[in-house]
Amino acid sequence: MSGGQGQPRMVTSAERLRRLLALVPYVVSRKVVSLSEAAAAFGMTERELIDDLNLAWCVELKAPEPYCPIDLSYEGGEITVSQAESIGRPLRLAADEASALLVALRMLAEIPADSSAVGRLIAKIEGAAGASAAASSQVMIQVDSQNVRGLALKVSTALSEGRRLHLRYYVPGRDEATERDVDPMRLLVVEGRTYLEGWCRLAEGVRLFRLDRVLDLEVLDVPREVPAEAEQRDVDAGLFRPSESDERVELELAADARWVAEDYPCESVTELGEGRLQIVLRTPDTTWVRRLALRLGEDARVLAPATLVDEVRAAAAEALALYT
Amino acid sequence: MSKRRTERLLSIVVLLLSSRRYLTAEEIRAAVSGYPDEHEAFKRMFERDKEELRELGIPLETGVNNALDEEPGYRIKKQDYELPEIRLEADEAAVLGIASRVWQSAALAGAAAGALLKLKAAAVPGPDQDDDKQSPRIEPRLSTQEPAFGPLWEAVRDHRPVTFDHIASGRSNATKRELEPWGVVNWRGRWYVAGHDRTRNAPRVFRLSRITGPVKMAGPAGSVIVPPDADVRELVKSWDVSPARDQTAVLRVRANAGFRLRRWANEVTPDETPGWDRVTVSFADVPWYADYLAWFGPDVVVVEPPDLREAVIRRLKGVLA
Repeated sequence: MSGGQGQPRMVTSAERLRRLLALVPYVVSRKVVSLSEAAAAFGMTERELIDDLNLAWCVELKAPEPYCPIDLSYEGGEITVSQAESIGRPLRLAADEASALLVALRMLAEIPADSSAVGRLIAKIEGAAGASAAASSQVMIQVDSQNVRGLALKVSTALSEGRRLHLRYYVPGRDEATERDVDPMRLLVVEGRTYLEGWCRLAEGVRLFRLDRVLDLEVLDVPREVPAEAEQRDVDAGLFRPSESDERVELELAADARWVAEDYPCESVTELGEGRLQIVLRTPDTTWVRRLALRLGEDARVLAPATLVDEVRAAAAEALALYT
Repeated sequence: MSKRRTERLLSIVVLLLSSRRYLTAEEIRAAVSGYPDEHEAFKRMFERDKEELRELGIPLETGVNNALDEEPGYRIKKQDYELPEIRLEADEAAVLGIASRVWQSAALAGAAAGALLKLKAAAVPGPDQDDDKQSPRIEPRLSTQEPAFGPLWEAVRDHRPVTFDHIASGRSNATKRELEPWGVVNWRGRWYVAGHDRTRNAPRVFRLSRITGPVKMAGPAGSVIVPPDADVRELVKSWDVSPARDQTAVLRVRANAGFRLRRWANEVTPDETPGWDRVTVSFADVPWYADYLAWFGPDVVVVEPPDLREAVIRRLKGVLA
């Protein structure tokens, strides 16, 4: 939870009330909190936080006797709540809130790790949520296969013990197996697939390895050494970000090949009618697009770049010649 | 405007939480600042406020203090309002942080953030609660780009039937479906909804990305009964199952190529042409396997069966067409 710095955001009265009903108990349970710490915890600026505190402090009930139920202070940058009345405890979890957390936690529980924290936390949240937890059992997440789970457990061990990994890894674009040492940084699970993020000693850079393409994995008796310059990916920005130097590829797809637009990250997708699509992809290496075009046959046509159009035709002609 | 409304809503919550008895609308109006004098305008505003409080999950109760009261009143019971005591160990707090980041760009991302704030507010922090060392190095993400996800989740949560238009795989026109949803499943990165299809009168699975247009509620909350033996995960799994590989093909594969084919091959022997191997493999379906083999281009040649050979040739000619 960061952000909140910079431009002020529009917040609805409901969101603001929800925030206030958490903010007051947040301070109450901690007795004293600095403005900066509370602002960071709630993802808001100190200015916004002070506005919220003032709002709570201004609440006045007129009848039967006029009184101000909430008394607080933030003098010297330290917030204290001397009177919180009936809102000293947070509101119960709503069905959406309990479900969002429980589904995420059960997904985490599927990923092997040598910690019991996930299981304990699930039990605590189910207990605290009560009836609100019921709907969460109607959302299910299945990540990868049993096979991959075994590999994930090995990676998890290497991570917690700080050890290097040796991988035999399949690179589908080139249709070959490679061998390399990797210093593990994190496990990522995105779009239902588990990835190892690590410093690849062969490429001398941070690389992602899809665990379902790992042919063999060994935890080495060597401590991992991730260089200081190794930068973790921002998972929320997407795992595969096109770079300036990437090739721009344009494809036209027939209705039977529409799945391509769902399976590969596209820069743009345009409907051409009758189920046909025109898509634009960005990739540093067009080898896999050439193979994909061969696989799709008459259901796809490469429009650009011209060199790839020629490569695809040449590969098809070469392959056909082997049948005569 | 918004600030005054927040103030008014907060006043109502504090007032009703501190009251043991039901308070009538008039009593609330007398205690809370910001309501208009005119009666109809007040009633409309008060109705909207009640709705908003309920949407936030505040257990606003309606009732009378004794049988003689004509007008019902409102109260909020403390035990229904308050989150029970919860204490988190440092490693649990670290996992909670990871879990709260899982949902991306969706209604549930906001819900997870809201839940995190409540739990942070409730939990007395341990000495090393924000200690990064406790955190497992793992970042899972769930994205819900399909517009159908939001309404389908609400329908599943509230047990309501839905209607939507759906394009089946390999078709280009949509058909209308009426579904009693039992659950939503993310199966290896793809979202599905499973339930009882009223049109087909049978259990069915639909991929969310193939739902076009809006998902509409087709009945009141609580009107869908999920059969006790319904196994949504199994339904999606059986829908995803791959057919048996009961056919055999003989391929010529260039040496140092076709890595994937060799890995799952039944047999690999040198071909009479130098630089080539003969690879025997099992496969399930001719059109699907022909697509797969065409991917290898000039590194793989089908020797037999003839129908597979013809299908690959057709694919390759299609590229040149």
